[in-house]
Amino acid sequence: MNKHFFFEFKEGFIIAITAIFSNKIRSILTMLGIVIGITSVVTMSTAIRGIDNSFQEGISSLGTDVLYIDKWAWFSNVEWWKMRNRKSITMEDYDKFRSMAQLPLASAPVANTGQRVKHKEKYIDRVIINGSTADYLKTTNFTFSMGRFYSEIESKSSRYVAVIGSEVAKNLFPLGDALDKEIKVGGVAFRVIGVLEEQGSIILGNFNPDNQVFVPIGTIFKHFMGQSFGSVTINVRAVSPALVEETKVEAQSVMRKIRGLGYQEPDDFSINQQEGLMEQYNQVVGVIQIAGIFITSLSLFVGAIGIMNIMFVSVRERTREIGVRKAIGATRKTILLQFLLESSTICLIGGFIGLLFAVILSQVIDRFLPTSVQYDAVFLAIGISLITGIVAGLAPAYTAAKLDPVEALRYE
Amino acid sequence: MNIITIENISKVYKVGDTEVHALRDVSLTINKNEYVAIMGPSGSGKSTLMNMLGCLDTPSNGRYEFKNKNVSAMTDNELAAIRNREIGFVFQTFNLLSRSNALHNVELPLIYSGISGAERKDRARKALVDVGLEERIHHKPNELSGGQRQRVAIARALVTNPSIILADEPTGNLDSKTGEEIMILFNQIHQTGNTIILVTHEEYIAKHADRIIRLKDGYVHSDEKVLDRYIPTIN
Ligand SMILES: Nc1ncnc2c1ncn2[C@@H]1O[C@H](COP(=O)(O)OP(=O)(O)OP(=O)(O)O)[C@@H](O)[C@H]1O
Ligand SMILES: [Mg+2]
Repeated sequence: MNKHFFFEFKEGFIIAITAIFSNKIRSILTMLGIVIGITSVVTMSTAIRGIDNSFQEGISSLGTDVLYIDKWAWFSNVEWWKMRNRKSITMEDYDKFRSMAQLPLASAPVANTGQRVKHKEKYIDRVIINGSTADYLKTTNFTFSMGRFYSEIESKSSRYVAVIGSEVAKNLFPLGDALDKEIKVGGVAFRVIGVLEEQGSIILGNFNPDNQVFVPIGTIFKHFMGQSFGSVTINVRAVSPALVEETKVEAQSVMRKIRGLGYQEPDDFSINQQEGLMEQYNQVVGVIQIAGIFITSLSLFVGAIGIMNIMFVSVRERTREIGVRKAIGATRKTILLQFLLESSTICLIGGFIGLLFAVILSQVIDRFLPTSVQYDAVFLAIGISLITGIVAGLAPAYTAAKLDPVEALRYE
Repeated sequence: MNIITIENISKVYKVGDTEVHALRDVSLTINKNEYVAIMGPSGSGKSTLMNMLGCLDTPSNGRYEFKNKNVSAMTDNELAAIRNREIGFVFQTFNLLSRSNALHNVELPLIYSGISGAERKDRARKALVDVGLEERIHHKPNELSGGQRQRVAIARALVTNPSIILADEPTGNLDSKTGEEIMILFNQIHQTGNTIILVTHEEYIAKHADRIIRLKDGYVHSDEKVLDRYIPTIN
C-alpha cells in the first residue's frame, strides 16, 4: 500500500514537472506571486534580524543601570518645540544635583560636539567629542588598552588631555603608539593620555561608540560651546540595575527642586534610559513586522489565486487525460494527488527562486546591517510555499478527482 | 466460464425535460475467450454499453456481474481497481498521453497497480514487442503513425493481463489497410486466450469476431454466431 502510494507520488511528480516545463512562460508568470511573497517574507525577517543585531549591540554600550537627564526626551509624546523652550541644564544644575542626590553610584555632566580629529596628516571627521568630569569613568564600564582616564585635577583645571576610542586610535595611530601624542580636536591640541579597548559594538545609525574622544568638560565650553547644544546631559549611574527605578524617582524630585518647579508644573527635563529606547524600538519593529506580514500575505494571496486559476485551466485542458487515467485505473485519490503535487511543485519552485532572491538581497542588506538568511527563514519559506500550493491546488484538484470518466473521455 | 453477465440493464440520460433511453433492457453473457463484435447504427447505444461493461459508467437499472461479483454495489475505488486489473480499453482516438513516450504510456496502468519500476519496465517493453513496436519504444505519440499509436494503446490494454479487452471502434480512425493490420493483431490476441469485445460500423471488421450483437435504439436487436468467420492471415 505504501509502495503503491510511492509510485503514484513519483508518477504525479513527474507529470507535474513535465506540465510545468512544457508551459514555461505560463509557469513562470504563475510563480511570480509566490516568488515575490517568499522574497519579501525572507528578506523582511533577515532585515529585522539585522536591525535587531545592531540595535542590541549598540544599546548594550548605553548600560542598563544608567539614567540620562537631558533637556530632550529620546522618545516621548511631548512636542519637540515644547522641549526646545525648556531651560538648558547647566553646570550649576549638575553641581547641585551631585550634592543633593544620595542614591547614585556616580553622576557626571556630559557636553558633546562633533569635530574633526587630526594627527599629523591623518584625520577623521565628525568624531563625537565628549566633555565630562573624572566621575564620568564611574558611570561607564570602560577598560583601557593603554593609559588611563583623566583625573579630577585635570578635569577641574580643564587640561588639554584626551582619552580616545579604539576606532580613533586605529585610524590615527595604526602603529599603536598613541600615548602622549598630540591630536588636534577641531584645531585645538590635546595630549592623548588613554586609549579605550574596543567595545565590540556595531554601528547604530551613525553612532559608533568606538569612534569617540573624551576630554575635560571645561575645554568643550571654552572652545566648542557655540557648536554644542548649550545644555549638558547628566549621566547618572545607579548602584545596581535593581535600584534604577528608585534612583530615577529621586533624580526626578531632586531635579524639580533644583529647577524650582511648582507643584502643578510639568517636568522641564527628561530622564532617559535604555529601557525606553528598547520599548520604542520594539514598537517600531512591531510595526515593520505587521507591515511585512501584511505585504507578504497579500502577495501570497494574489499568488495563490493565480495558481488556483492556472490549475483550473490545467484541469480543463487535461480533462481527456484525466478520463484516460481513470479508465486505466487511476482512483480519485490518485488524480487529487497528481494535481496537488503540480500546484505544490509550482509553489515550491517559486519558493526556492524567492529564497534565492532573498539571499542576494540580504547580502546587499548585510553591507548596512550585519545579517544573513537563517535556517528558520528557509524552513519558513519552504513551509509557506508548500502550504500555499496545497491550499491553492485543493479546489482544482478536487474538481479533477470527481470528474466523471465517461464525460471526461468525451470532452473535446 | 462467463466473465460478464448483465440482466435487464437500462441507461437513461436526462437532457433538459426529455429522457434519452440509451440502453433498454439489455441482457447478455460474455464467456471467456469469446470474440464479440457489437454493431448498430449511430446512437444505438454501443458506446454506452461498452462504458457500462468497462465499469466506467453505472446503469440506471439492472444487474451487472463481473466474474460473479456485483458491480452495481462497488465503491469508486473498487471500480477503479476492476478497470485497472480486469479490463483493457482501446479507444477509437487512441487516447495516449501526448507528453509521454510509448513505454511510459504502457507502464501507466502498472503504476496504478503498484508494480515496481524494474518489473514494470520489463512488462511494458514486452507488451510493446508483442504488438510489434520494439523499434518505437521511446517515441512519443506525435512521432508515431495512427496504426502505431493504436498498437501502443493495445499494448497498454494488454499489459495488465486483463480478463477482457474492450475496443470501441479501434479501426475507426485508421485507413482500411492499417485497420486490417490491427485486426490481425486482435486475432492473435484472441488466439492466445483473451476475451475481446469490439464495436464497429463495418460488416467486414465484425466478421473477424465469432459472435455479433446488433443494437438498435438501445435494444439488443440480434445476437448471433458468425458462421462465415474471417480469419485474417499474415502474408
Ligand atoms: N452524456 C449523455 N447525455 C445525454 N445523452 C447521451 C449521453 N451519452 C449518450 N447519450 C445518448 O445515448 C444514445 C447512445 O449513445 P452512444 O454514444 O452509446 O451511441 P453509439 O451507438 O456509440 O453511437 P456511435 O456509433 O455514433 O458512436 C445517443 O442517443 C446519445 O445521444
Ligand atoms: Mg460510439
